[in-house]
Amino acid sequence: MNSLAKTIPEWLEVCHLDDLVMGSGVAVLVKGKAVAIFAIGSNDFKLYAISHKDPFSNADVLAHGIVCEGNGVWTVASPIYKQHFRLDTGECLEDPTVTVNTWPIRLRGNLVEINTSDEVS
Amino acid sequence: MKKQLVVIGNGMVGHHFAEQLMSSAAATEYELRIFAEEPCRAYDRVHLSEYFDHPSKTHLQLGDEDFYSKHQIQLHLAEPVTKIDRDVKKVISNSGEYVYDILVFATGSYPFVPPIPGNDQPHCLVYRTLEDLDAIQASADGAAHGVVVGGGLLGLEAAHALKKLGLESHVVEFAPRLMPVQLDTEAGTLLRRKIEDLDVGVHTSKATEQIIEGQDKRLRMCFNDGSYLETDLIVFSAGIRPQDKLAAEAGLTIGQRGGILVDSHCCSSDPHIYAIGECAVWNHQQFGLVAPGYTMARAALAHILDDRSTQFSGADMSTKLKLLGVDVGSIGDAHGTSPGALNYRYADELTGVYRKLVVSEDGKHLLGAILIGDNSFYDTLLQYALNGIELPSSPEMLILPSSTGEAVSLSSSALPTEATICSCHNVTKGNICEAIDQGAISLADIKSTTKAATGCGGCAAMAKSILDSELEKRGVHVDKSLCEHFHFTRQELFHVVKVEEIKTFDALIERHGKGGGCEICKPAVASILASVWNEHIHEPAHVALQDTNDTFMANMQKNGTYSVVPRIPGGEITPAMLISIGEVGKKYNLYTKITGGQRIDLFGATLDELPKIWEELIAAGFETGHAYGKSLRTVKSCIGDTWCRYGVQDSMSMAIRLENRYKGLRSPHKVKMAVSGCTRECAEAQSKDIGVIATEKGWNLFVCGNGGMKPRHADLFATDLDDETLIRYIDRVLMFYVYTADRLQRTSVWMESLDGGLEYLRQVVIEDRLGLAKELESRMQHVVNTYQCEWKSALQDPTKRKRFRSYVNADEPRRARIEMIEERGQMIPARQIAEEEYS
Repeated sequence: MNSLAKTIPEWLEVCHLDDLVMGSGVAVLVKGKAVAIFAIGSNDFKLYAISHKDPFSNADVLAHGIVCEGNGVWTVASPIYKQHFRLDTGECLEDPTVTVNTWPIRLRGNLVEINTSDEVS
Repeated sequence: MKKQLVVIGNGMVGHHFAEQLMSSAAATEYELRIFAEEPCRAYDRVHLSEYFDHPSKTHLQLGDEDFYSKHQIQLHLAEPVTKIDRDVKKVISNSGEYVYDILVFATGSYPFVPPIPGNDQPHCLVYRTLEDLDAIQASADGAAHGVVVGGGLLGLEAAHALKKLGLESHVVEFAPRLMPVQLDTEAGTLLRRKIEDLDVGVHTSKATEQIIEGQDKRLRMCFNDGSYLETDLIVFSAGIRPQDKLAAEAGLTIGQRGGILVDSHCCSSDPHIYAIGECAVWNHQQFGLVAPGYTMARAALAHILDDRSTQFSGADMSTKLKLLGVDVGSIGDAHGTSPGALNYRYADELTGVYRKLVVSEDGKHLLGAILIGDNSFYDTLLQYALNGIELPSSPEMLILPSSTGEAVSLSSSALPTEATICSCHNVTKGNICEAIDQGAISLADIKSTTKAATGCGGCAAMAKSILDSELEKRGVHVDKSLCEHFHFTRQELFHVVKVEEIKTFDALIERHGKGGGCEICKPAVASILASVWNEHIHEPAHVALQDTNDTFMANMQKNGTYSVVPRIPGGEITPAMLISIGEVGKKYNLYTKITGGQRIDLFGATLDELPKIWEELIAAGFETGHAYGKSLRTVKSCIGDTWCRYGVQDSMSMAIRLENRYKGLRSPHKVKMAVSGCTRECAEAQSKDIGVIATEKGWNLFVCGNGGMKPRHADLFATDLDDETLIRYIDRVLMFYVYTADRLQRTSVWMESLDGGLEYLRQVVIEDRLGLAKELESRMQHVVNTYQCEWKSALQDPTKRKRFRSYVNADEPRRARIEMIEERGQMIPARQIAEEEYS
């Protein structure tokens, strides 16, 4: 493991603001990994990045699920078997033993960046 | 070794006995063997005349198709038992001998044919079995005139059947009035007038002396008063007699007027032999209705299984039915023969309504009643009579017309717990309350747990009102909210969207909901918006609402790839277009399969491939097939009179017309249709939401069927429609469904959830009771006019097309990341087992 990479924030540009779909998700490839990026809210929107791979079906699909809100918590429902994953923590609501990866994400100008420095790969 | 239980007879009662045995805990202890004289398995004899509406023997069949095979019941069809040897406990048929431990007679009855000279010539028929109906139909071929001998319940049914065959029908009755057993003179006279208004000739006080060859028609009936009536065919329906010949020959005790004598366990004079239904006589009485037959079946079974709890102690012979469209009801002591009985009568000769109450001497209890013209009074009166509920101080209120025009109804909370609600399945109010205690909250729940309202269905309204009042009593508020974001039902939201002209999800949730929405409300609202406004599902305001399938207008499969289904209306496709599909499939290496809906599914496309595939399909002349949407899927069709020797209408053209009309209609759930070109029904229209079957005169319309997990035959809705009326009715049915159904509710469940069910739907659609017909039609016309092929418009719009990128930051073809293997020459997703081997 490269311990240096863990400490130095590594923000990577992944797409343009125009590529996002408000209220829904898109997928990007980052270092060979598929990441789902969600933009929630309209004017004052918030960005989330979680794994695109659905751990229950092993298919790259999470960006294309329906975004849901329940008691203030935002989730995405997998389009395959419909489990919900929290956008902020990656936790599966139906099975708390399952969690998908999440990444820090930010908007710099019109560019969307995610931080892969915590990546343990 | 299992005990041998033999049943002779596979009518309604014999079938009920088998069903009850199989659902009992002791089912595995018995080997059940059933002998039937008729060549087809048990069917619904009560609705026999429906056979002429759609002549398929399976339509009237009782129970599931695989009931007998599933339970390993030995069913000997068309194999009458010829002899019983009680000494060695054997039944003997033409094919063999079979031992029994227990024998049950369920042989039913045979039609009584009065001993009139000449009654045995051709075209003298009876009305009892499907084979009898085939014979009547054959005789009606080339005939114009038919007579039914017998003006009772069955006789009037038979007259109805003759009318359905297009014959001029007449009824000849020996007594001075129709239905002499159930009705008094006044009611009989009124019924006669109503039936004559329907062009059925009624001849009372006529005894036929002989039947001879006719001069103008096939036969002439000569009456004892010197008059005569010429006709082409005669159906005898002058009562039934117990089918007891075999039992008598076996030495069982027979009643004075026939019938196997039984005790309250339905046990005959031989302790190993039982008799149930119309072949049995209890307390000198034969019971010619199905509900007492079912009770006998349960009593006999209880005794066989050594459970002494259920006994047969007579039965209520009250009846309510629609004869030739006229409501007739008769309860208890309709003639007021009880000592001291008093009457209340109400008659309205203008509209043809008659109601009579027979009350006890003290005026406190209802002993009997007669109803003509309006059976909405029946349920309440029956409960008063059956349960001995004390009458209100002015009993006449129960039969007088109220200012609201509705019948006075007994509040269901006034009923005692032991009150029988469903006499077909012996369900009491207590049983329904139990079901509610165990969590039932809808009529559908009640039906599936107690079986109430699943026999003749007459008690559905009563069961519903008990459900409602009991739920209220328990303080159960049935939450029909769509989800936590909207405290409305789908129907209410639909209304709000329409009335307030709301066009986006955001506007709707802001005004009438809360929070951010979820996978339940978003697609439901998207579907409502599409049904009402029909804007493209990819408009920015709608794009985040859709299910994945709707978003990408393709069907996501288990490995995250999509399948593509172009529309092939009616399953008709030119060779050139077939080749284009083949070429697209080959180019993109797609797995191809013919679907059940007569079209072609192409599997394994990635997101970036979808627009390219559709560009080619659209260039070849295809449109989207909406296989991904809650919308019209296909209109399946047979080839019809275009090619088929038997076709009577052009089912192909009609199917294509329907598919092109309703394609793109967003609905609460998927909708399937089919059109068959003749009654052979090759398109299986009766398993569809909308089924159309050609007749010589036009089209029969069936509604609310489905296949799938809980298959349901569609119900006949209207007959012999011309093209335009057919389409008008379908417009109305579908739009009313779109207006009022719950989310993800198929038409069958929707129809059953409507108060009044099929009949109510007929009133709304055919009689326009709600005055909605025009609106429903114009709303449908709007959807038809604004149709667009969603794929075509998506491809023309760069922003919509941008959505079809597997990764927004990479051109990498996504397929490289998906593991596929080859099977039978095509690519399929790598199987689980293969993954494990490689990992």
